[in-house]
Amino acid sequence: MNNILTIFKREVRSYFTSPVAYIIIVVFLIITGWFFTSSLFLAGVVSMRGVFEIVPFIFLFYIPAISMRTFSEEKKSGTIELLLTKPISDSDIVLGKFFSTLTLAALTLAPTLIYVISLKLLGSLDIGSIISAYIGIILMSGIYISIGLFASSLTENQVVAFIVSFLIIFALFMLNKILIFIPAPLITTVEYISTDYHFSSIARGVIDTKDLVYYVSSISIMLLLTRTSLESRKW
Amino acid sequence: MSIKVEKLSKYYGQQAAVKKISFEIKTGEVVGFLGPNGAGKSTTLKMITTYLTPNSGKIFVNGINAEDDPIAVRKKIGYLPEQNPLYQDMNVIDYLKYTAELQSVPKDKIKDSVKKMVRVCGLEDVRHKDIGELSKGFKQRVGLAQAMIHNPAVLLLDEPTSGLDPNQIIEIRKLIKDLGKEKTLMLSTHILQEVQATCDRVIIINNGEIVADGTTDSLQKRFQGQINIYLIVKKDPRYGREKVISSFESVKNVEKVKLEGDNENAWQLDITANKGVDVREEIFMKAISLNMVLLEMHQEETSLEDIFRKLTT
Repeated sequence: MNNILTIFKREVRSYFTSPVAYIIIVVFLIITGWFFTSSLFLAGVVSMRGVFEIVPFIFLFYIPAISMRTFSEEKKSGTIELLLTKPISDSDIVLGKFFSTLTLAALTLAPTLIYVISLKLLGSLDIGSIISAYIGIILMSGIYISIGLFASSLTENQVVAFIVSFLIIFALFMLNKILIFIPAPLITTVEYISTDYHFSSIARGVIDTKDLVYYVSSISIMLLLTRTSLESRKW
Repeated sequence: MSIKVEKLSKYYGQQAAVKKISFEIKTGEVVGFLGPNGAGKSTTLKMITTYLTPNSGKIFVNGINAEDDPIAVRKKIGYLPEQNPLYQDMNVIDYLKYTAELQSVPKDKIKDSVKKMVRVCGLEDVRHKDIGELSKGFKQRVGLAQAMIHNPAVLLLDEPTSGLDPNQIIEIRKLIKDLGKEKTLMLSTHILQEVQATCDRVIIINNGEIVADGTTDSLQKRFQGQINIYLIVKKDPRYGREKVISSFESVKNVEKVKLEGDNENAWQLDITANKGVDVREEIFMKAISLNMVLLEMHQEETSLEDIFRKLTT
């Protein structure tokens, strides 16, 4: 536990010692801000729907971008050897990096709470469904990040890591949008694998155990794969 | 704190990097792990640190089997990898604190151990700088500091002086020598002077196999048997080339006479004598008896460099 925290602290700090995190957060706010204001001022609707609809799209690119360096950079510079010869387990390293990246995603999301506060001042708002949507976004980010970590652990090239994780995430995201092309017996399975299917049900305000099981198990599987990929140096 | 390696093998695909090597390092020994590039030095060190797993064979660090309890083994070891990888974006103090935490140095002792390492490794002036801004010599000191932050009993250094300028090399060697006094230390290198300057014992490895193992003195003695004498004899019509060679060959205890060079007015000869016998006097007397003119004679002892070349080519 201590080791996870040590890795976590270093990773979070390294995100904020370079200007990249700040730039990305600002860009994220500009894009979501546009979707927020356009529905508020142009359509005159007091709703967070515009924002919640665009976030999964932005995260499609954003999460691979923040997770691509986690292992690739250490592999390239050789610091992975320092890390893996310290008396800590491979799982500690994977979990430390997972939670630090998740924290960065959550911190990116945090300023959007300003939108919620300003909407609350303007009209009535279903706070329950908004909280549920935020939980949904965090859980979805968890899956994206675990995929990003896995892709990053495969290569020492950050661009390759980005592309691989983007492709996997994009495929999972698109699955419930191509259901008409899927043979009928497979539809429920394919739909269940899709990330967006579970997100849209949570975003409606329904937190179902079925969805939670999906999120937790997918994240666990990807993190286990990442650990296996780290151990593959020994094979 | 001892290291014991038994029949260790490691394959990369089909290619064997290390073939069934065994050795033992006792507590407090300073051992040089010498070999040409690609001989399997780094691979062996990586296996001792448990970064890599051997295909076969066993490693014991202070009696603990590395395979059974890698975490316990890592706790005992301080390791400086080849190329000295460091987090370029961290400053020296933060980085040392980070390693101390990872090495599970008790919380209340982290500050002291960082301070001590900064002092021992001479990092006072750069302690608040980013590692990326440091010169190579200072980076190497940071690398050594991170390896020793938890006061490990075993120190493994993989080519600790590669890429440094001559002044830095001398400084780092001095540092290693000071540190080696209290620790079991194993350093890999392909530079002979390094071993001579810092180590009590040397293990020479070539193509994944150990070709020599012993103290630097004993190795020198073992191969020293062959003393070579270099002679330059003036050419003279009174004696021919064959005559010269055969007459020196007839000297007692001379094993072999080889003609090294033949120029306008002299022959160069390389005379190999039997182990441990000084034949200079007999050769001199022989030359006088034949009225030969000796322009030069000198004896060469086998240096560690010769041993290394002999063993690894």
